[in-house]
Amino acid sequence: MNVWQALGSRRFLLSAWPWRAAAYLLGGALTGALVLLAGLLLLTAGALVVLGPAAFALTGLPVARAERRARRLLDDRPLPDAHRTPPRPGLRSWLYTRYTEPVTWRELGHALLLALLWPFDVLAVVLTVAVPLALLATPVLLGVDGEQVNVLKAWPVTSWPLAVAVAALAGPVFVLAAYGMTVYAGARAALARTLLTGPDARITELTRSRVRLVDAFEAERARIERDLHDGAQQRLVALTMMLGLARLDAPAGPLTTRLARAQDEAERALTELRELIRGIHPPLLTDFGLPAAVAELADRSVLPVAVGLDLPGRFPAPIESTAWFVVCEAVANLTRHSGAAQAEITGGYADGLLTVRVRDDGRGGADPDGGTGLLRLGDRVSVVDGRLTLSSPPGGPTVLTVELPCRPLPPCA
Amino acid sequence: MPATATLRVVLAEDSVLLREGLAGLLARFGHEVVAAIDDAAALPEAVATGRPDIVVTDVRMPPGFTDEGLRAAVELRRRHPALPILVLSQYVETTYATHLLESGDGTGVGYLLKDRIGRVEEFVEALHRVADGGTVVDPEVVRQLLRRRRDPLGALTPREREVLALIAEGRSNAAIAARLVVTEAAVAKHIRAILQKLDLPQDEQDHRRVLAVLAYLRA
Repeated sequence: MNVWQALGSRRFLLSAWPWRAAAYLLGGALTGALVLLAGLLLLTAGALVVLGPAAFALTGLPVARAERRARRLLDDRPLPDAHRTPPRPGLRSWLYTRYTEPVTWRELGHALLLALLWPFDVLAVVLTVAVPLALLATPVLLGVDGEQVNVLKAWPVTSWPLAVAVAALAGPVFVLAAYGMTVYAGARAALARTLLTGPDARITELTRSRVRLVDAFEAERARIERDLHDGAQQRLVALTMMLGLARLDAPAGPLTTRLARAQDEAERALTELRELIRGIHPPLLTDFGLPAAVAELADRSVLPVAVGLDLPGRFPAPIESTAWFVVCEAVANLTRHSGAAQAEITGGYADGLLTVRVRDDGRGGADPDGGTGLLRLGDRVSVVDGRLTLSSPPGGPTVLTVELPCRPLPPCA
Repeated sequence: MPATATLRVVLAEDSVLLREGLAGLLARFGHEVVAAIDDAAALPEAVATGRPDIVVTDVRMPPGFTDEGLRAAVELRRRHPALPILVLSQYVETTYATHLLESGDGTGVGYLLKDRIGRVEEFVEALHRVADGGTVVDPEVVRQLLRRRRDPLGALTPREREVLALIAEGRSNAAIAARLVVTEAAVAKHIRAILQKLDLPQDEQDHRRVLAVLAYLRA
């Protein structure tokens, strides 16, 4: 639960939440005042030595740590510590890491904000706590004094009815101030959160490492394909050629027959190798792009597959191969499971989004969790920030759509 | 050009094993390899200095190891439309063959899988057919094409498709008749039907055969 949900609750005023907000603000005010003090000391007294400002730059660190603790009063979502772990032990490494990471400077910004806002924090709490108490105390003070009470040191009250009326105001004032203070506290905590987290460094790093992983995976497939093409395939071709020449020279008889059989085997091996290579990394995709590769796939398919891809040109390799693998998997799936009589692959590019849709007229009811195939595709698509959607009502049609944000490559000569 | 004539060949292939094997094979059949290069970028110069009767090139070659050889072949056909080119490839995908065949008027051009080199005599025969201005398309590529379900070939009967496939492979009417175990007259009849269905003009029999192949490939 957090403070915003609490504000919506009917029992808010009776709950601990206003007091949590007050505690948060008072803690913040104390910290802010200390930052102000530390800033004045370090920047004036310490300014003679370079160390003053340098040390002040790090004040954000303890302040942020305090904030992470204090905000638990208002929000049960933890605020992650975005600092990196220094690569080596020791003060030098620690200092280097801290001064070079953006989050240190964000935290300093947060500390400076607290130093500016602390009077408002105090004011918000005082308005909520002290003012209603003062109003409530008016009749008592009038009884003690007997003649005149200056409510909030400003408005003189001399008569009993007026004193009671002022005391009655305490209720509405408290309600108003408690809500106001809590909203202010919530807003300040949200501001602190934004300042302290920024774009979540770890998530960015995680995404980047996943992209790297997929790139490495792609590169590895391309390398295997190249090795097979340049190595085994060429050798097998050379082998069939030598066998062919040997057949020319061999005297007619059992030897020729055996050579012919050996050549047949070598040719079969070549055919199988070619199929294998196509599955690993289709050269056609690299050389001619998505529409050509998809058209060939459709030609090879057992089912009639109509293709309508209208693309403005080539796309970055990870985008093309992601779209390609989605189409491959979709066509393989629909051939195996859908009971479709025909299928259709359409696609286009608009507003920075490459969309490819595979549709079949099968029985539908495809289960996205049924096989690992779709899940794996989804993972692959999400790495390039794309989206994979499946619509497959019972009775069909099944439509698999992949959307990939990208820009077409400039046409090369 | 009789089948025994010596051909001047420019050979582009980056695998040493294959380049030397092919050079040896061609020499054995009395052909002269005027240049054997391992880089597609060197093709124009080799053609200019070697004045070959035919160019034999690989598809995937340095520097990029994509389809440089094919691009170089297409470029050569643009600049020297009369120069026969035989492309040797590992790719059965029809896109590569179509790309090559569409680059000129469809004469003196061939696209063969490297597997065919082993059938030495047939390979050399194909080389001659291309050098003589014929069109040769690998039977496996043709088979892929046959599986397409696109017009205008939809109108052809299975037998006519078979005949068209053999034409695409560069076979003569006699060879087609022998292969299908029918009379030559029957083959001629099929071819007339094919040409008619593909809406091709009635004159210049040989050139129309090429056009039929092209229609077939573009379909």
